[in-house]
Amino acid sequence: MHSTITNHADAALDFNVDEARVNWHDKTLWFIREKRDLVSHAIPEWEQLRDYASSIKNNVLSNLSQYLKEFEANAKANGAIIHWAADAKEHNAIIHEILKKHNIDRMVKSKSMLTEECGLNEYLEANGVEVIDTDLGERIVQLAKEPPSHIVLPCIHKKKEEIGELFHQFLGTEKGASDPQYLTGVARKHLRETFLTRRAALTGVNFAIAETGEFVVSTNEGNADMGAHLADVHIASMGIEKILPKQKHLGVFLRLLARSATGQPITTYSSHFKKPQPNQELHIILVDNGRSVHLGKEDFRNSLKCIRCAACMNTCPVYRRSGGYSYHNAVAGPIGSILAPNFDMRKNKDLPFASTLCGSCSNVCPVKIDIHDQLYKWRQVLMKEGYGAPAKNASMKMMGWVLSSPKIYDISGKAARIVLKYAPFIVSNKLNPWYKQREMPAPPKESFKEWYKKNRK
Amino acid sequence: MRVALFVPCYVDQFYPSIAIATLELLEKFGCTVTYPAKQTCCGQPMANSGYEHEGDSCSKLFTENFAGFDYIVCPSGSCAHHIKHHLHTEKDKPEGEHIKKTVYELCEFLTDVLKVTSLKARFPHKVGMHQSCHGQRGMHLSQMSELTAEPFSKPGQLLDMVEGVEQIKLDRIDECCGFGGTFCVFEEAVSAKMGKDRVADHIRNGAEYITGADMSCLMHLEGILKRQNSKTKVIHIAEILNNYES
Repeated sequence: MHSTITNHADAALDFNVDEARVNWHDKTLWFIREKRDLVSHAIPEWEQLRDYASSIKNNVLSNLSQYLKEFEANAKANGAIIHWAADAKEHNAIIHEILKKHNIDRMVKSKSMLTEECGLNEYLEANGVEVIDTDLGERIVQLAKEPPSHIVLPCIHKKKEEIGELFHQFLGTEKGASDPQYLTGVARKHLRETFLTRRAALTGVNFAIAETGEFVVSTNEGNADMGAHLADVHIASMGIEKILPKQKHLGVFLRLLARSATGQPITTYSSHFKKPQPNQELHIILVDNGRSVHLGKEDFRNSLKCIRCAACMNTCPVYRRSGGYSYHNAVAGPIGSILAPNFDMRKNKDLPFASTLCGSCSNVCPVKIDIHDQLYKWRQVLMKEGYGAPAKNASMKMMGWVLSSPKIYDISGKAARIVLKYAPFIVSNKLNPWYKQREMPAPPKESFKEWYKKNRK
Repeated sequence: MRVALFVPCYVDQFYPSIAIATLELLEKFGCTVTYPAKQTCCGQPMANSGYEHEGDSCSKLFTENFAGFDYIVCPSGSCAHHIKHHLHTEKDKPEGEHIKKTVYELCEFLTDVLKVTSLKARFPHKVGMHQSCHGQRGMHLSQMSELTAEPFSKPGQLLDMVEGVEQIKLDRIDECCGFGGTFCVFEEAVSAKMGKDRVADHIRNGAEYITGADMSCLMHLEGILKRQNSKTKVIHIAEILNNYES
C-alpha cells in the first residue's frame, strides 16, 4: 500500500487506480469532517474561540524564547530534566543516551508526530532498541511496516479486513476475523503485556505551560498514561512551538482540539504531567529541527501555530482523494504542504501545487492559519527560486507575453477556436490531460469581443 | 453609473453568451456599460501557477483598461478575486487601488450595489448551485459550511427571484469541484475525480442544470458531463437571470 513515489501528482494517479477505494477513503474522512461540523456548529462562540487561540499562539510565537526559558526554569524546579535538541539527529541521540544510561533496550511510545519527523523508530532500531507504538492506529501501521498516513488517524487508509489479516499474522487472531471489537480486544491484551514489561516510555506533548512547567498529552486510549505511569523513565519530546503561556489558556485549546480533530467534545484523556513520580526520571526534550529558521519567515511563520488536529486534512478534497502517502512527509495534507517546504524546498516543491486553493483548510483551522494563502505564497517562492520545470517556465512566459498584448491575444483566441472547430484531434487526444476524462468545450462562432463590435458600437 | 464590463478571457473566447447575458442584465438595471476592448486576461493562470512575476504586464494592461469607472463587474468570482487581492499596483497606485475597491463579481454587484429585489426572468428547471471556491470563500458570495455562522447566498437569493427555478439540495453543499486552474491538468487524476464526485452529487439530487458564478468550474464539470453522455447541463447564472424561457 505504501507508495514510494515522491511526486504528489504521480502518487495521486497511483492512488486513483482503484476508484472504489478512493470513494471509501473520501467518505471515511468526510464523515469526520461532518462530525466536526456538528460539534463546532453547536458552540455559538466557536469563531471567537478560534480568534482567541490564534491570538494566544501569535503571542507565543512573538515571545517564544522568553516562554521557553520560563518553561525550562519551572519544569526544572518541578524535578524534570530538560534537554535541548537543535535537530532530529540530536533529539534521537539524546534519547539513545538516556536509554543506554539505564540499560534499556525496549521502549513503549505513545503518539508523537515529532518522533515521526525525526525518524526516531528507525534510528533506535538501528541501534538495537525495540520501540513499540502503543496508539492502536500507530501499532497497526507499525506491524505493517508503514508510516502513519494521517497525523490523528494513522491507519485511516486501512480497511478492517486488512487489519484483521495483519493481526492474524502478528497477534494470532483467527484468519478472516475483522470484527473491530474483537481485534481491539486482542490488541489491548497484547499492549497491556507490553506496558507491564517496559521500563521506558516516550510520549509526545500537545501543550506545555510556561507558567507551571507542566505539559499536557491528549489521547483517546489512555496509552500515554499507561506507558508513563508504569515506566522508570518517562521521556517527553516536544517541538519548541508547543508552549502556551498560562494554564488558563489550556481551556481554549482543549475545547478546540478534539472537536476539530474527530468531532468529540474533548479527548478521553487530557493528562497533565508536572513532576516525576518517586523513583522515576522525567525527561523533556525541546526540539527545534528547523523551527527557529521557519519562525524567521514572515509569510510562513504562523504555520507554527498548528496544534496538529488534522481538520485541514479531513476537509481537504485533494487529501481525501490522494491519500496521506502522496504527500511523502510525516505530516501530510494542506498543513504538511506548507510545513514541508521549510525543511526542503527541492524535495517538496510539488506539495504547494497539490491543492486547488479552495480555502476550506483555512476555514476549519482552529488556530486560523491562512493555509491556502501560504500555499499560494509558496508557489511564488518556489518558482522564483527556480524550482519550476523548464517547460512550465517557458509556457508561463509565453502566456504572459500573449496576454499582455491585446492583438496577439485576439489572434491566439481565434486560432484556438479554429483548432477546436476544424481540427479537434489536435487537442482531443491522450496527450492532453484535460481530454483524458473530460470533453473539450464546443467552440462558438465568434468571441464576445467580435460580437460586441457588431452589436454595440 | 458607469460600469466597466470585465470579461474573463476564456468566457470571451469560448462562452460569449455569458458575457452577452451579463451586459444585457446590467443594461436592464440602468447601468451605462462599457466594454474596454483592449482587455485580455487578469493574469490569474500565471499567478496561481507561481508566476505572479510573469503577470506584471497583465496587471499593467488591466489597470490601463479599467481606470476611471465607478464599478468594474465580472461574471466570475475567481477573476474578480484575483484583481481584488493580487493585482500588482506599485507603479499605478491610485488607479490600481480604486480598481481593487470597485471590482465586483456579478451576483454581489446585483444584490449589494444595485440592490436588486426582483427580476423578470423565468427558468422552469431543477437547478443545482455549484459554489465556486474563490467566489464563495474568497469573495464571500455565500456562507461557508465550515464556519459557525448564519447561512446566506447571494447567487441563491437571485435564483429565488427567477420564476420556475427549483433549487435542489446537495449532499455536500460547497465542496470544491477540482478545477483549480492549472491544477486541472497537472493533477489530472484528483481533479477529474473531484469533478466526477461533484457531478454525481448534482445528478443524484435531481439537477437538470448545474449553475454557478464561475464558468471555469462549470467548463470542467461540463467536460465530465459530456464525456458521461449525461442529460444534465451546465449554465452560468447570468444566463438564468437573463432568461425568459416559457
